[in-house]
Amino acid sequence: MLAKRIIPCLDVRDGKVVKGVQFRNHEIIGDIVPLAEQYAKAGADELVFYDITASSDQRVVDKSWVSRIAQVIDIPFCVAGGIKSVEDAGRILEMGADKISINSPALTNPELINALHDVYGQQCVVIGIDSFYNEANNQYEVYKFTGDESRTQQTAWQTLDWIKEVQQRGAGEIVLNCMNQDGVRQGYDLAQLKAVREVCNIPLIASGGAGAIEHFTAVFKDADVDGALAASVFHKGIINIDELKATLVSEQVPMRQRYTPVK
Amino acid sequence: MSQQTIVIVNTGCANISSVKFALERLGVSVTVSDDAAVIAAADKVFLPGVGAAGAAMTSIAAKQLIEPLRHLKQPVLGVCLGMQLMVERSDESRTGTIDCLNLLPGHVKRMQAGELRLPHMGWNTVTPAHESPLFAGIDAGTYFYFVHSFAVPVYANTLASCEYGQSFSAAIQHNNFFGVQFHPERSGEAGAQLLTNFVNM
Repeated sequence: MLAKRIIPCLDVRDGKVVKGVQFRNHEIIGDIVPLAEQYAKAGADELVFYDITASSDQRVVDKSWVSRIAQVIDIPFCVAGGIKSVEDAGRILEMGADKISINSPALTNPELINALHDVYGQQCVVIGIDSFYNEANNQYEVYKFTGDESRTQQTAWQTLDWIKEVQQRGAGEIVLNCMNQDGVRQGYDLAQLKAVREVCNIPLIASGGAGAIEHFTAVFKDADVDGALAASVFHKGIINIDELKATLVSEQVPMRQRYTPVK
Repeated sequence: MSQQTIVIVNTGCANISSVKFALERLGVSVTVSDDAAVIAAADKVFLPGVGAAGAAMTSIAAKQLIEPLRHLKQPVLGVCLGMQLMVERSDESRTGTIDCLNLLPGHVKRMQAGELRLPHMGWNTVTPAHESPLFAGIDAGTYFYFVHSFAVPVYANTLASCEYGQSFSAAIQHNNFFGVQFHPERSGEAGAQLLTNFVNM
C-alpha cells in the first residue's frame, strides 16, 4: 500500500537553513547538508528545500548545495525557489534533485508548467501555492512573492481555480501552503485542504500549521492529503519522526516501515 | 566490487547524477558515457531515465546507441523510465505508441489506478515474484520509492510486483536485462541493498 509521506521542509537562505514565523524574522537553524543527512537518517520520507529569497529579489542564486545534498542523501528531494525557466529546472534536476517546485514564476507565466511537463515529465513538476483565507469575503486567495514581505502581492486567482488550472497544464503534485497557519503551530488548515482535495486529482501535500502529532493524524484522516510538510516542529525537536510515524500507524495511517535486511 | 567497471549510459535524461551518487555511496567508481565502446566494455551497465519515453528514445537514437544496447551481454539495470525503455513499446506518446529498445518483451501502459491519484508517487511495498539475486536480502513488503504514471503490467518477465489500483511490474528481467520501476537510488537502505546486489552479480 502506498504510504503517506512525512516531509520536513528546509528553508534555505545563503546556503543556511532558516526558519521564520509567518514568513518573517528568519533565524538560522544550521548548515544545509548535515541537516539534510540527519533528516534522511531520522526517517523522513522526502525533503523539500525552499530558497526563500530567490523568487523575490531577482538575483542569480548559487545552487551548488543541490548537488552536495544529492551526494549524501538517499531519499527523494525537491528544490523550490527562483526556478523561472525550463533551463533553470534542468540545471537543478541535473544536479540530482528529483523534483522542482515552482510558485511565483508559474503565476507570472503559467505556460512554464506546460513546458516543464513536456520536457522533464509530469512526475517532477511540483506547484507550490501560497493561499490565504480572506475572512472578509470567505475566499481562498493566491499570493505571490511571499518570500519578501515588501513584494508580497495578492494575485487575481482564487485558490481552487488555480489548482484546476495547474493540473490542466501538467502539474504532478501540489504543495498547498496555508498562509494563515504558517509558523503558528496551531494545526493544518483542514477546511481549506478538504476543499482543495475535492478538486485535486494529483498528489496533494499539506503545508503550514503543524505543531503536534495530532495535527498530522487529522490532516491525513480528515483531509486525505498524500503528504504532510512541516519545518519548525522538526527543526526544534518538538516532534520525533519515529514517534510520529508510530502514532500514525496506530491510527491506521499507512507509513513506510524501515528496511530490515533478511538474513 | 570496486575493481569493476560500472557505466551509466548517458541517456540525456535527468536522474543520471542521483544514480551515480548512489553508486558512489556504495564505494564503487562509476563512469557516465554515451560511447558505445565504453558501454560495451563495462562489467555492469545502468540505464537511467526520467521524463517522457519519446524524448528519451529520440535522444538514444540520436546518440546511435539503440543497436549497441541490444548487443550487451553483461548485466544491465534500467531504472524507472530506463526500465520502460527496455521493453518493446510504450503508450506514453501523443501519437499512439512508440517503439522502445526491445531488450525484453513487454508493453508500457498508462496505469489504471481507479479512484487513486496519478502519478503514483511515494513509497510503496514491493513483492518479489520469485527468488532472484537482485532481491537477495529484500523481503516481500519492503518499501521502495516510486514516481510514475505508466507501468508494465504483471507478465511472464515480472520479477517483483507492486500494487496501486492494480498490480504492475515493479521489476522485470530477461536474461542479462533487469529493470526496476522504482528508484533504488532514492529508496534508502533498501535501495542501497538492491544496487549492491546488482553490482555483485
